[in-house]
Amino acid sequence: MATMQELASKEGSFSGGHRMCAGCPVPIFTRMLSRVTDYEVVVCSATGCLEVASTIFPYSAWKVPWVHTAFENAAATMSGVEAAYKVLKKKGKTDKQIKCVAIGGDGGTYDIGLQSLSGAMERGHDMLYICYDNGAYMNTGIQRSSATPMGAATTTTPVGKESSGKAHLKKDLTSIMVSHDLDYVAQASIHNPVDLSKKIKKGIELDGPAFLNILSPCIPGWRIDPSSSVELARMGVETKFWNLFEVEHGKYTINYRPRKDVPVADWILAQGRFKHLKRPEHKHLLEELQSQVDGQWARLLKLAGE
Amino acid sequence: MAEAMRQINPEVVAAFPITPSTQVIEDFAKFVADARVDTELVTVESEHSAMSACIGASLSGARAMTATSSQGLALMWEMLYIASSMRQPIMMTLVNRALAGGINIHCDHGDSMGARDAGWIQIYSENNQEAYDNMVMAPAIAENAGVRLPIMVCQDGFIISHSIETMQIEDDEGVRSFIGERLTEHSLLDTDNPASWGALDLADYYIEHKRAQIDAMANAKTVIQEVSERFNEQFGRKYELFESYRLEDAERVIVAISSVSGEIKQTIDTLREKGEKVGLLKIRVFRPFPYDEIREALKNAGIVAVLDRSASFGAYGPLFGEIRTALADLENPPMTYNRTFGLGGRETFPSDIADIFAESERYLQGGKIEKVSDILNVRGD
Repeated sequence: MATMQELASKEGSFSGGHRMCAGCPVPIFTRMLSRVTDYEVVVCSATGCLEVASTIFPYSAWKVPWVHTAFENAAATMSGVEAAYKVLKKKGKTDKQIKCVAIGGDGGTYDIGLQSLSGAMERGHDMLYICYDNGAYMNTGIQRSSATPMGAATTTTPVGKESSGKAHLKKDLTSIMVSHDLDYVAQASIHNPVDLSKKIKKGIELDGPAFLNILSPCIPGWRIDPSSSVELARMGVETKFWNLFEVEHGKYTINYRPRKDVPVADWILAQGRFKHLKRPEHKHLLEELQSQVDGQWARLLKLAGE
Repeated sequence: MAEAMRQINPEVVAAFPITPSTQVIEDFAKFVADARVDTELVTVESEHSAMSACIGASLSGARAMTATSSQGLALMWEMLYIASSMRQPIMMTLVNRALAGGINIHCDHGDSMGARDAGWIQIYSENNQEAYDNMVMAPAIAENAGVRLPIMVCQDGFIISHSIETMQIEDDEGVRSFIGERLTEHSLLDTDNPASWGALDLADYYIEHKRAQIDAMANAKTVIQEVSERFNEQFGRKYELFESYRLEDAERVIVAISSVSGEIKQTIDTLREKGEKVGLLKIRVFRPFPYDEIREALKNAGIVAVLDRSASFGAYGPLFGEIRTALADLENPPMTYNRTFGLGGRETFPSDIADIFAESERYLQGGKIEKVSDILNVRGD
């Protein structure tokens, strides 16, 4: 694997001048796609922030072939691209070495696109699907998704007399993808580019279906300062809210172990979307969230055979 | 239809089974299993994904096809518009079936008529021969540089899709020379010239893109005629935008779509023997709609009964609206009325057709349409 400096010297797949929010960490990984591999990459985005903010006709921030068709079908659209590539390659109509990457937010992946993702992965298309999980439908104005953590205030789970924010726990999508017995499933975070780039490279280059779930803080959605997105991602990992691991055909490897036990409240209370949890009437949620995070880590250790 | 698809030999077929179109894909899967085609068959988990995969494949320069019916088409709805907006010449076999609810597997045209504004070329077939011929013509129409639009070839569920008829299947070589190779100007797989597809498209460009689609659909009318002429030269079967059956001197005309035309022709033959001047205008191309040609063909008729095999709740049937519009510019337009029939597979008999011609005669003599719209063979009258 090349060093970060070497990677940075290669042409990125994503240019500046896009309209993602200041401080949005998504371009960290969209730039990497062409840098981490010698394959040519073709990218499909689900409808979402990335799609809307990376293009507006006649402009595009994409320096690699890119397509967006709709919200719930990035994996299905890519299935067709991959199938076409296979036949055209066999017929000698292309001599390129191409790999397919589909990208969706948590709305397009955990929720509306879960069926088409599951279908594409089960069919074994040679494709890396990347979910950037920012924990709500941010593009449409911060509505809850099944990836929203319990207790988060969103525009559809506002805090009120009868509400402490989102009432349900976050869906564990990564485990659902592990259950597909894929060649490669991993979780990464945008604060750790070395780990992230290795995982993107692996997911792109292997011949088969791969899924990568990336924790990606959202400036307006998490109600945080634009300068703090990388730090908030790091804290998410240090508090074990989001763990870095990879799974190859059911075999788990933990890629990072926090040295200290940092309470999840440190991460939670650094975000405006949870600020009501400081109030005594909602405080029980902090305990629930801590016990969920503890249980998640214990399960991961067990799955990794420790 | 599966045979036409085998001869077309598309790079990608993506489909999800639904009655009554299932058999098309089952037969095609056997061709794939026996390596009689070069196709990647993507057995998707839904029709929405079928159309999504067809779009992805077509953008990559592949010929992409699917088959569906009814709910399957309904689930594709969103993607139908995106396929046509991206100007992808995707080909679909649509086996017409009623839409739920209550769930019904039999024929009507509610599925495709609902999709008539989705930007797809729509060609309807009276029988299996026409369905096959229309599908063989489909790539040349859809992929024409002045068109570049998706195309659905429609046939009536069960009535046609599950009937056994004698028909002419052309040899593979002939069909393949007729079709040729797909030429793609821009491919998603052209990594040397990376392009972005499906960008955000707001008020400053969207309407120009829609205008280009509108123009392409207008071009399709000429291209369909040219391709049909070439088809006739090579295979000896003549097709026009619509079929005129004993229409030349007809005073009383029925306008209809697809398989019911068989009963209408039979009834016309019987009535003609008695000296009655009756005729049929059978729609083949519904989108683009040939207003001028139809106006010309019907200008001398006294009365026109339009049969719709779908309902537009709160409005006249979709075909009736088009026919009246086509005739409105005539100085002395024929009288027109609308009959809805056959929803959910309700049988229509030659005697029903004879009744319509008799009713037309009454209206024509009386100089007045008593009922502009009505439903045939329905309880509650």
